Amino acid sequence: MAALVVRLSCLGKRWVLACIDGGSRHGRGAAIGLTSRRKRGQSSVAQQPLIAVQKSRKGEREWAAVVGLEIHAQISSNSKLFSGSQVHFAAPPNSLVSFFDASLPGTLPVLNRRCVEAAVMTGLALNCRINKKSLFDRKHYFYADLPAGYQITQQRLPIAVNGCLAYSVSVGKKPSQVSTRTVRIKQIQLEQDSGKSLHDEPRSQTLIDLNRAGVGLLEVVLEPDMSCGEEAASAVRELQLILQALGTSQANMAEGQLRVDANISVHHPGEPLGVRTEVKNLNSARFLAKAIDFEIKRQIHELENGRKILNETRSFDDKLGCTMPMRDKEGKQDYRFMPEPNLPPLLLYDTASLPPGADPQQVINIDWIRERLPELPGKTREKLIQQYGMLPEHSFTLLNEVGLLEFFQNVIKETRAEPKKVTSWVLNIFLGFLKQQNLAVNESPVTPSALAELLNLLDRKAISSSAARQVFEELWRSKGKTPSQIVSEKKLELMQDQEALERVCHTVMEGHPQVVMDMKRGNPRAINKLIGLVRKATLSRADPTVIKEILERKLSS
Amino acid sequence: MLGRTLREVSTALKQGHITPTELCQKCLSLIKKTKFLNAYITVSEEVALKQAEESEKRYKKGHSLGDLDGIPVAVKDNFSTSSIETTCASNMLKGYVPPYNATVVQKLLDKGAVLMGKTNLDEFAMGSGSTDGVFGPVKNPWSYSKQYREKRKQKAHGENEDSNWLITGGSSGGSAAAVAAFTCFAALGSDTGGSTRNPAAHCGVVGFKPSYGLVSRHGLIPLVNSMDVPGILTRCVDDAAIVLGMLAGHDPKDSTTIQDPVKPFTLPTFADVNKLCIGIPKEYLAPELSSEVRSFWSKAANLFESEGAKVIEVSLPHTSYSIVCYHVLCTSEVASNMARFDGLEYGHRCDINVSTEAMYAATRREGFNDVVRGRILSGNFFLLKENYENYFIKAQKVRRLIANDFVNVFNSGVDVLLTPTTLSEAVPYLEFIKEDNRTRSAQDDIFTQAVNMAGLPAVSVPVALSNQGLPIGLQFIGRAFCDQQLLKIAKWFEKQVQFPVIQLQELMDDCSSDFEIEKLSSVSLKQ
Repeated sequence: MAALVVRLSCLGKRWVLACIDGGSRHGRGAAIGLTSRRKRGQSSVAQQPLIAVQKSRKGEREWAAVVGLEIHAQISSNSKLFSGSQVHFAAPPNSLVSFFDASLPGTLPVLNRRCVEAAVMTGLALNCRINKKSLFDRKHYFYADLPAGYQITQQRLPIAVNGCLAYSVSVGKKPSQVSTRTVRIKQIQLEQDSGKSLHDEPRSQTLIDLNRAGVGLLEVVLEPDMSCGEEAASAVRELQLILQALGTSQANMAEGQLRVDANISVHHPGEPLGVRTEVKNLNSARFLAKAIDFEIKRQIHELENGRKILNETRSFDDKLGCTMPMRDKEGKQDYRFMPEPNLPPLLLYDTASLPPGADPQQVINIDWIRERLPELPGKTREKLIQQYGMLPEHSFTLLNEVGLLEFFQNVIKETRAEPKKVTSWVLNIFLGFLKQQNLAVNESPVTPSALAELLNLLDRKAISSSAARQVFEELWRSKGKTPSQIVSEKKLELMQDQEALERVCHTVMEGHPQVVMDMKRGNPRAINKLIGLVRKATLSRADPTVIKEILERKLSS
Repeated sequence: MLGRTLREVSTALKQGHITPTELCQKCLSLIKKTKFLNAYITVSEEVALKQAEESEKRYKKGHSLGDLDGIPVAVKDNFSTSSIETTCASNMLKGYVPPYNATVVQKLLDKGAVLMGKTNLDEFAMGSGSTDGVFGPVKNPWSYSKQYREKRKQKAHGENEDSNWLITGGSSGGSAAAVAAFTCFAALGSDTGGSTRNPAAHCGVVGFKPSYGLVSRHGLIPLVNSMDVPGILTRCVDDAAIVLGMLAGHDPKDSTTIQDPVKPFTLPTFADVNKLCIGIPKEYLAPELSSEVRSFWSKAANLFESEGAKVIEVSLPHTSYSIVCYHVLCTSEVASNMARFDGLEYGHRCDINVSTEAMYAATRREGFNDVVRGRILSGNFFLLKENYENYFIKAQKVRRLIANDFVNVFNSGVDVLLTPTTLSEAVPYLEFIKEDNRTRSAQDDIFTQAVNMAGLPAVSVPVALSNQGLPIGLQFIGRAFCDQQLLKIAKWFEKQVQFPVIQLQELMDDCSSDFEIEKLSSVSLKQ
């Protein structure tokens, strides 16, 4: 056993090197030569490769990678899936545990209506067929944080099947080149979360916290329609936005409300799929992309060196940037699935099949839920593009940053400035400042109202663009001041006095006869020099376009 | 007073002939005197006296909670009882004190019943003898009855009398013995394959298994969730109906209970026997059936016929597959249900702490007896991916066929089925343990098991004494959720057969020397 451990850790170290190497050569994503593929068995020709296909070292043949995902989203609900215990992140250990959650003998599951509704909403939003009858099963395995010795899930007949999710990835070098892809959704199933094990290595103890045990999860199974880490990460990001828009999950990966397992295999296009590995418990979109790309590269390397890929479960080490076999998942698990006898089949209705006189508290009407679905991110983006003439990639950026859309909309509400101007300021300057200081939107020192006021000043030409930037920087630094205050304190308002400006222009022209001569000789750049000199003389408080007008008029007269 | 039925003693309480505390004390003293029966695992004396006192206050104020107020009851030790140890007769749960009451226990307490204690059983209710629990076997009170002893004396075998005591049947043997020995007026059992009806038949009491879904299972430590039903053991059919009325109905904590509200009811006297159609399933005429039971069975059929009922032979063609089908389904659910006993959250935990896995293994080895471990092993085998289709799925299909057999028979116009409950009367312990638990369970559940597969109501009614002076019971099986109709017919039948009361006075006298029992001067055991 010891020998095995040593061998594995050596392997791990070697791959770290490989990964760093790959990263430096290919930049973001560390992707290797991949051809994307759409669906099982379909040729890869139709798809534009994300990154140019890399020939393998031994020569001719290309590799295609196939990636499928299993995503666990914690349902946002007041109580657990089958018990009345509260759901709350970071509560004191074992403070939210009912008798059922601790699996006391004789306790029985009682299905939480809110969780069922969340599953139906999510299913509808992901274009699934909602099964009017679904079943619960027990999945058995012994683990300290699984008190009953089984998890209640929906293995045979899940609540929703056959959906699809559209997402976008940037292609080519420019970020503006966005391509829309689709991944099929095999199924959505309701299941229980497990508790948490905390391993206290020095004391060789395991501590169990059952607060999470029994919290409702939506397991969303994405078909292997993706071909690289970036695609997978983009699909997950889109799902995250949908769940958040629906309110069915907070889907915060850092808090474990969204957890992703990836199934990865590689093969030569046109040949049968390769043996797949599963990388478990990926808890950020970045690590997901990294882990998948590492794993693809590892598999290709193994195969090219005449080794075989084992059907195994691996974990991603985010510090080392590589995947490693999970020791406690070694050996084949037989989950011994069995119908859950304590829960009758889950029956859902639509308006047509609703039994007459049914108690609305006792039945769930799919149509009723469908009619009340909130706006989904795809629709929101479409509206942004139509309403504000925004570029598609800008609509993506607005939605991808938490709170940015709301910020944008609040600015729009309070400003007379052109939407395009607002978009540009929010996405370039505002977001740039946030990124630079690694802040979230809600941590920004600049409020939407302040930015709106600034843009209003700009819009009525009270200040120049460059002065506006200065004001913004000042706003960022000194919280509490209004843009107008800053403008007047720093004397940044544009010169409104046309005559005074003409006098300044006149003085500058007289002071620089050589430049005026150049201009008259037809050097187009000379006027810029004059404009610059006038601006300098006005301490940048004059509008360059007005200066240009005056200068041109004076020169031609 | 103790020999009376629940209804009679309830009337006595209402009329003030006896107070709840007096009644409770009489039962407690009888429990002590019959300790050798091993019917109780835990006697909750303090709790019982306190409850009796509360009840007494209510009676004094004229605020009685109804027919159950002040009535001593016992509960099988696989129902959760708040702050009272609940062991399932297993090392695994020795010392386990649940923090909550099973719904049925809570309902009894809410109606003012006085809980005398927790009754003995086979470990985790796996057995048909009440012989395989960690606290030892339950002895059938009829072993010490005048009726049985006199018959034995005639035979004069010269054997050691006391080593020849009889089993109660099981697995709810403790509850059956508790009711039969007058230590309480009603007891809860559980019934998965006959565990309430079988000991009821052997102990000469009424054993009722309600329709699946009529009575909540919340708090009943499961054997087979899809077949388990809380059972009711009483001295007469009327009493079972009273208790059922208190327990039946939807429970928000058990999603498999019926939604429709159930009202308490009293059984009317049945007058329309001539409109009845009684079915006699021909497959139940098993070769192992004792000639005596068989003869009582046909006498019962004749009785109905002579009163004008239509008695017809019917067929339940898939009966013979029931045992093996039950074996697969039962062990599979057992394997699953027992997975929670890992020593972490509650119950027994071994001293080994090399690894979590080693701790699990040792805990479970020490905690479960051979029978439980054997069922877990076979259940896990049936659930393996490679076996699931061939065993579990097939067994489920057979279960459906068995259930359909009943549906077909009832659709053909049969109101109720009349069958034996057991193959023979109770056998001596030494005889019983010659076969292993599995063989015994397979044999003994033959007439009762199919009912659980179909979720139907069934009741075992004591009919008469055998040549040996031991009780014999017959079973009525009704349509799903027609529990009241079933009990109505059973009540009529009970009235016709006039089953004799157990004569235990002699037991008290005989055993007083052996078991240091003081004279029962104030307790009348005869009606």
